[in-house]
Amino acid sequence: MSQPPVRAPRPVLAVAVIGIAVLALPLAGLVQRAPWTSLGDLLGRRSVLESLRVSLTVSLIAAGVVLVLGTPLAWVLARVEVPFRRLVRALVVLPMVLPPVVGGTALLFALGRRGLVGQWLDRWFDVALPFTMAGAVVAAVFVALPFYVVTVEGALRTTGDEMEGLAATLGAPPLTVLRRITLPRLVPAMGAGLALAWARALGEFGATITFAGNLPGRTRTLPLATFQALESDPEAALALSLVLLAVSLAVLVPTRNRWLPTR
Amino acid sequence: MNDPSVDPPTSVPAPGTAGPPPAIDLAGHTTVGDLTLDVRLKVQPGELVAVVGPNGAGKTTLLRLIAGLVALDTGSLFIGGRVVDDATPPGFVASHRRHVGWVPQDRLLFDHLPVAANVGFSPRATPERVTHLLAELDLAGLADRRPADCSGGQAQRVAVARAMASAPDVLLLDEPSTALDAESRRRIHYLLDDRERPATLLVTHDPGEAAGLADRVVELATGQVVGDAP
Repeated sequence: MSQPPVRAPRPVLAVAVIGIAVLALPLAGLVQRAPWTSLGDLLGRRSVLESLRVSLTVSLIAAGVVLVLGTPLAWVLARVEVPFRRLVRALVVLPMVLPPVVGGTALLFALGRRGLVGQWLDRWFDVALPFTMAGAVVAAVFVALPFYVVTVEGALRTTGDEMEGLAATLGAPPLTVLRRITLPRLVPAMGAGLALAWARALGEFGATITFAGNLPGRTRTLPLATFQALESDPEAALALSLVLLAVSLAVLVPTRNRWLPTR
Repeated sequence: MNDPSVDPPTSVPAPGTAGPPPAIDLAGHTTVGDLTLDVRLKVQPGELVAVVGPNGAGKTTLLRLIAGLVALDTGSLFIGGRVVDDATPPGFVASHRRHVGWVPQDRLLFDHLPVAANVGFSPRATPERVTHLLAELDLAGLADRRPADCSGGQAQRVAVARAMASAPDVLLLDEPSTALDAESRRRIHYLLDDRERPATLLVTHDPGEAAGLADRVVELATGQVVGDAP
């Protein structure tokens, strides 16, 4: 059954258009100033390709870690009566609203060589995370994990646990229910959450530069390279920004239906 | 915790009597939302008991309690002579260990699995049993179809077949004939009118169905048994 068309009152429509303009204008400026003719040359530079390699490596590994850590976490938050659940959920969502540079500082004091846990990693395992690619992965996981958990937890709550209960009455033990009912039904949400988390990891800047630094070939990701290029080579910065914009749109447009209601 | 005011149900046959223990032996109470269910009920193996009563009487909650989806606050529940809920966490036996088959009112078919995989989902479902039930309920032609592509009546039959395929000791049917055409209803009734059937609780609003199928009719009102007659 199709819905009758809704006619927006003109004042509401006018303000909505202004809202769209606020979001679209900066992007229009970027597209308008983009060096389209030399784009191929700019993106083919060794430094750009190196940043692209670092970004893809860091963000893909981070997405894998997010998948492994985030799925059980989302399930527990949605299904289990854990103590202090509100506090735990606030903690999970915190990196979404925390300034990334604060996240990076926190990581430094937790996992740095003299940090809360980092000192023991260094002493017992000779592992130092700051200013390494592994550190960039940790920073990306820190900021990206909430996007995945919130998406998957929301899907788990929407689907409810009745079907899992029914599967149990048929004699399926909990792990079988998880494997044959919960996870297959969750795949679309997991895909959407993973795409969002990956896009967030790819665009990460503040936590990375604070915790992992800006080392070419090791921790200089595309956003860091863009920031670096702004001072010395604005055209290269524009080209890199276009790449990040294109990737973000490519991820968001197909996944929007999964995490925001659409008509 | 157990309420001392509620006598534990005796699931062991009295001295001098023979025969298996009741399939369901419940004496207890639980609270779900605004409803307090306080029920004593025994169902013998193979017996079909219709549960009737107005909306909100606790019929569905009674089935969920036996299925292990709701726990007792006081009292105890035996299935086949084995205690499955004595109102204590250690005494609560999870759903997957109770050998019950549940057909909920809204069917809850696994929409990511085809019909045959739905019917054969239970680890206790044998291929022979699945094939037999698909044929008996006229579902063989739909075996590869997704539940979303089934009509309401077909989906209802899949739900019944899935529960029966799990070879349950107790079958719990919540309005299984709602929205069924006469032929589908006849096929389900034919399956239930079988000497080999498990003990069955049938929630229904249809007096004709209750009278035609049930060995006994139990009437619930505001969470309590107010009538129990053959």
